[in-house]
Amino acid sequence: MGKMSVDLCGITLDNPIIPASGTFGYGYEFAELYDINMLGTFSFKGTTKDARFGNPTPRIAECSSGMINSVGLQNPGVEKVIGEELPKLAKCFSKKVMANVSGFSIDDYVYTCEKLDKCDQVGWIEVNVSCPNVHGGGMSFGTTPEASAQVTRAVKSVTTKPIIIKLSPNVTDIVSIARACEEAGADGISLINTLLGMRIDLRTRRPVVANKMGGFSGSAIFPVAVRMVYQVSHAVNIPVVGMGGVSSAEDVVEMMLAGATAVEVGAANLIDPFACKTIIEQLPTVMEKYKIDSLKEIIKGVR
Amino acid sequence: MKQGFFEITENLPLTDTVYRMVLSGDTSAITSCGQFVNIKLDGLYLRRPISVNDCEDGRLTIIYKVVGKGTEQMSRMQSGKLDLLTGLGNGYDTSLSGNAPLLLGGGVGVPPLYMLAKKLKAEGKSVTAILGFNTKSEVFGEKEFSQVADKVIVTTADGSYGVKGFVTDAMNGLDYSYFYTCGPEPMLKAVYSASNSEGQFSFEERMGCGFGACMGCSCKTVTGYKRICKDGPVMKKEEILWEK
Repeated sequence: MGKMSVDLCGITLDNPIIPASGTFGYGYEFAELYDINMLGTFSFKGTTKDARFGNPTPRIAECSSGMINSVGLQNPGVEKVIGEELPKLAKCFSKKVMANVSGFSIDDYVYTCEKLDKCDQVGWIEVNVSCPNVHGGGMSFGTTPEASAQVTRAVKSVTTKPIIIKLSPNVTDIVSIARACEEAGADGISLINTLLGMRIDLRTRRPVVANKMGGFSGSAIFPVAVRMVYQVSHAVNIPVVGMGGVSSAEDVVEMMLAGATAVEVGAANLIDPFACKTIIEQLPTVMEKYKIDSLKEIIKGVR
Repeated sequence: MKQGFFEITENLPLTDTVYRMVLSGDTSAITSCGQFVNIKLDGLYLRRPISVNDCEDGRLTIIYKVVGKGTEQMSRMQSGKLDLLTGLGNGYDTSLSGNAPLLLGGGVGVPPLYMLAKKLKAEGKSVTAILGFNTKSEVFGEKEFSQVADKVIVTTADGSYGVKGFVTDAMNGLDYSYFYTCGPEPMLKAVYSASNSEGQFSFEERMGCGFGACMGCSCKTVTGYKRICKDGPVMKKEEILWEK
């Protein structure tokens, strides 16, 4: 194993860098720009049982050091993802991919996870119980320990691959939710999803995004993410995948010190399509600067 | 798509709010007229998508209107470098134009049609361009279009310059084989209704990435969901579903 490699739920990643779901499509747009096999893996676009168009546009708003999106889980549905997107991905990505799944009922999650669990290309299933964009949908599962545990148990009962539950930061006590997921059998936890945010156009006096509110991401949320990764990773005994505003190799090291086993990079990919490539290339220099021999040794290394 | 740094060589106002910026850099990714670039600006998170007005041998011209923080910041830049993503979007397909294409631009929808007019002319076609503005003080581009189009008509909504009315008022009575248009959505809708041929429309939307990754600028079309940044911004008339 290399200096940058880490183990995520029994699968070795060459490095801990994982483009986050919703910022990397199904991979092949980025494969036109660089060899995406250099990534640890990536988490593909949030996939649901049925195809979804998502929310009305505008869906995007500028913020200080960040952005709001209210895409609303646009995706072609799990059948098309398996039938069309994964075969296309196979041509440019030879590693195991992380499948990201959302749903609006327990049955939705079970249906979608069961299908993806049978795909050889899929290494992990990241279950999004936290998307803040859909009225009465994913949000409700991630906001209570009971509902999060219920989704975890249901999904675990129909799958064999590692299940990583992706948590929302828009809750009163994220630690109790993470613990409930662990007790229900989760193999890992990833956090944080976007923070619920809103912008208003002064000229029109209307919200900038059509759905009024959306998920706030970008470097502005990094300190919140580090804090929550720290809290959760010190409360559970399963690996934590840290994300939220990560945009440099230094951020990756900080996130790992806080407790992350691997690190997802989200909004940064949208501003700089080469963000993950650059981070991976800069990691050795940053490791040398901070006298880090092996990345896995710094996980939860904060004193 | 390519990412690269471009040197600002010129940045001058054309009207009170519209500027022309000339940049030099690697333009090799710009392969079609009607494409756009996405510009990173200091202190702003998201890049700003701006259509390509002209592009030749490493010289890139963009024309933009000051509408917010990003474009305001751009308007104050006299020199320096800008980080651009280039070669974004599909661009106009000139193979469908027939012999006498009509170009209809409204406001800052006019600039991307300039490179298109040049290309159509180079292909030996007879090009008519209608450039629409609100009022005389907002008019730009007439001289440049006159050099590359066979006929140029300027319209102003208040009649202070050229033909009084909208681009569609000047469109009636013209013979054309095909049309290409870019402008605000109400204008595009009016062109859609008033046109008696097939044609292509260039759309605008708030974008996250500009290269197809975030699904921020999706729209519904006859042939399914499309991303304005990657599958567009140009759509054919027969694909379009008007929703709003």
